[in-house]
Amino acid sequence: MPRLHWEDFSPGQVTECGSRLITRAEIVAFAAEYDPQPMHLDEAAARATLFGGLVASGWHSCCVLMRMLTDGLIGDTSFMGAPGVEEVQWLAPIRPGDRIKARATVLETRASRSRPDMGFVKFRFELINAADQPVMTLTVSPMFGRRAANATREDEPMAPSER
Amino acid sequence: MKFFEDIRVGEITNLGRHTFTADDIKAFAARFDPQPFHLDEAAAARSHFSRLCASGWHTACVWMRLTVNYRRREGEELRSRGELAAQLGPSPGFRDLKWPKPVYAGDTISYATEVVEMRPLASRPGWGMIFVRNTGVNQHGEPVMSFLSMVFVECRDRELRES
Repeated sequence: MPRLHWEDFSPGQVTECGSRLITRAEIVAFAAEYDPQPMHLDEAAARATLFGGLVASGWHSCCVLMRMLTDGLIGDTSFMGAPGVEEVQWLAPIRPGDRIKARATVLETRASRSRPDMGFVKFRFELINAADQPVMTLTVSPMFGRRAANATREDEPMAPSER
Repeated sequence: MKFFEDIRVGEITNLGRHTFTADDIKAFAARFDPQPFHLDEAAAARSHFSRLCASGWHTACVWMRLTVNYRRREGEELRSRGELAAQLGPSPGFRDLKWPKPVYAGDTISYATEVVEMRPLASRPGWGMIFVRNTGVNQHGEPVMSFLSMVFVECRDRELRES
């Protein structure tokens, strides 16, 4: 059974989710696959863009944040995914060699009206660079299973239709 | 990319299609979003999704890739007619990202983008901001992704002034 459930979150909670070095190789590999624009692929071409040098794709930042949150927070929870993301702001570029931290702040929690086995937790997630400057914020309300619901299905997980 | 002056509110662009294989879904999830329902068929069958499904970030990253491919083709067409292609500035972010239905292994998603609002930028002469609604629809016609993003686009008069 996961350690944290919907009931364990409350507004104002802040969780630091570790740090990660963003390498040039990682920036270029992600861009080659999903966002092959010059400023994410090639140092010389990137210098000619408004960024003035190689920067990570904003989508790469989203994916890195997701991974850091999984490892640092939601991996040990009854996380059920999210129906969407309210807002993402790309505030400053991430450059090769930047060490970034992820931080999660709980804004509010609400029970699901239609699904008594789960609830929503609204978070503001931030990626923060070594200068302590936020480079990205992401506001999202993922779903978490409730403790009682998880206790009943601990031995034999059930599909939604069976609950 | 077309210049700001050549873009119209209401324009819809079909960006192309992508089929999500089980292997691709798992490989993406292992890197960025390692939830059991994105990694393993049996675990997904026990989850509220019932079947292996793609990370929502994966669905969005494929939109980015198809968008870059489309802009590249558009730029090549413009240049082949002897016309200039506009530069794009950094995107400040996006909002209202929704994943109304899961993308299951084997699903083919058709992506499109619609211009919903545009405004010249008083603070940055020569550039305009466009707001676009980006969508993904599966092979049954069901929406699987939607979000509103913002892009800075170069104005034709800036290009003329500087050339």
